[in-house]
Amino acid sequence: MSSARNMIALKSILHKEVHRFMRIWVQTLVPPAITISLYFVIFGELIGSRIGQMGGFDYMSFIVPGLIMMSVITNSYSNVASSFFSAKWQRNVEEMLVAPVPNWVIVAGYVGGGMCRGILVGCIVTLISLLFTEIQVHNIWIIIVTVALTSATFALGGLINAIFAGSFDDISIIPTFILTPLTYLGGVFYSITLLPDFWQGVSQANPIVYMVNAFRYGFLGISDVSLVAAFSVLTGFIITLFVIAMTLITKGIGLRS
Amino acid sequence: MVIDMQNALDISGLKKVYKGGFQALKGIDLTVKQGDFFALLGPNGAGKSTTIGVITSLVNKTAGQVKVYGHDIDHELEDAKSFIGLVPQEFNFNQFESLMRILVNQAGYYGVERSVAHERAEKYLKQLDLWDKRNDAARMLSGGMKRRLMIARALMHEPKMLILDEPTAGVDIELRRSMWDFLRELNSQGITIILTTHYLEEAEMLCRNIAIIDSGIIVENTDMKSLLAKLDVETIVLDLSIGGAEPKLNDFCYRIIDDHTIEVDIKKSQRINDVFSQLTEQNINVLSLRNKSNRLEELFVSIIGTGASSEKQTQGAQ
Repeated sequence: MSSARNMIALKSILHKEVHRFMRIWVQTLVPPAITISLYFVIFGELIGSRIGQMGGFDYMSFIVPGLIMMSVITNSYSNVASSFFSAKWQRNVEEMLVAPVPNWVIVAGYVGGGMCRGILVGCIVTLISLLFTEIQVHNIWIIIVTVALTSATFALGGLINAIFAGSFDDISIIPTFILTPLTYLGGVFYSITLLPDFWQGVSQANPIVYMVNAFRYGFLGISDVSLVAAFSVLTGFIITLFVIAMTLITKGIGLRS
Repeated sequence: MVIDMQNALDISGLKKVYKGGFQALKGIDLTVKQGDFFALLGPNGAGKSTTIGVITSLVNKTAGQVKVYGHDIDHELEDAKSFIGLVPQEFNFNQFESLMRILVNQAGYYGVERSVAHERAEKYLKQLDLWDKRNDAARMLSGGMKRRLMIARALMHEPKMLILDEPTAGVDIELRRSMWDFLRELNSQGITIILTTHYLEEAEMLCRNIAIIDSGIIVENTDMKSLLAKLDVETIVLDLSIGGAEPKLNDFCYRIIDDHTIEVDIKKSQRINDVFSQLTEQNINVLSLRNKSNRLEELFVSIIGTGASSEKQTQGAQ
């Protein structure tokens, strides 16, 4: 009875979350499509044609997986951060808090919503990339698992950000000052093997390097890091962030007086 | 057949200290019987909303025990929550969602299937005269409609106990009366109702039992009839037709307000007929009369204003 009730509650939160970003699709789905199209035109077509090959592939083919992953990361994160903070701000998060919804269902519902948006935007970007280059698939399962784990990781990150946020400014600080630099330095546009040894070492502390490279391996069969390391990092982040999110919601940080 | 005489709500020794040290609740004890229509009254900042917050798990308690239909919120929180429907003081729904989505999603959080939730949403939206607005965004509703939407939302999982925190605040009198009828109807179906309100007339008309909370302690907890019986003096206002000299009343405390109006304090031991008799003897006709204020309001002011709270607090602590 309880598990059936929890499943209905989970579906309700997911339904609400997916409906939210679909209702405002002009704000949630169109901007990343335009942004990534510009990346394809500028870095792929205009500059990329002068760069030549990278990792044995033409530059456009090399950056496509990274750009898809970049859009998945930013959209998974921002969906949950803005949705959960908005629910806190309007206090409609109380609708869930007063109901017999276990905390893990709340976390899973919001993370699921973030994953849906991240993956949907990733699919849109993938379709747009077909206008610029052919896409090859080396291992579809690695692509699916990597995108699922990465979107879950950043959806959890967005949730934690929203729990702590006290204003709308607070949910843009992490994406602006942490997420964007890590993404740009995460091997989206280059192979980290091109860097001097010291910066290669520094780059290995950047979790996004592992996500981008695992994803790129799924498409092209090349990676700057081992897949074992990549999936270990992803799994470690998911477990850690999930525990943090659950602890915060259970204690009612930012939610209960 | 076993008759379950369990209380709808049992609160014992409930304390709440907020960050910064403010003690909102100082160890309250409260019992609400099943099927009761219960008023929880008190001045602003007395602890009403904090009490409701603890019951509904929106506020973490510092100490004490809360049981909802026998389910302790410390050990069986989800079971306890499933009995409660909450109508909060502030509008707390997603202003951008349609009424239908708000209601159906809310039912889903309680495990109600969407098909069933749609049927219930239709039922309550029609009963509360919101059906025509079902596809509108909630922000488009008037204040009274938003209040009714929150009542509908609280009923979507068919709770056994409905807690209403100032449900008629800012609502015009006609709508308020229709909401009273609706609440009476719910109560007659067996739903326990706990009401906080600043309209004491509302509490007097609707509720059978009452608790008054002040500065975080319960200063009065009794049934409405017993409480009203404690009223020693009632003040009535008389509109008079005065031909000559101003009226004089022996043995009554009275105040002349203007040329045609007097206020008379009538003690329990006195009879209002004596006022009429004396006025008639002076050739003064009474055109109309009314209570100066609601009876419960007079009691409320006297209880809150006389420092009864400190006495009760001492007793409670012992």
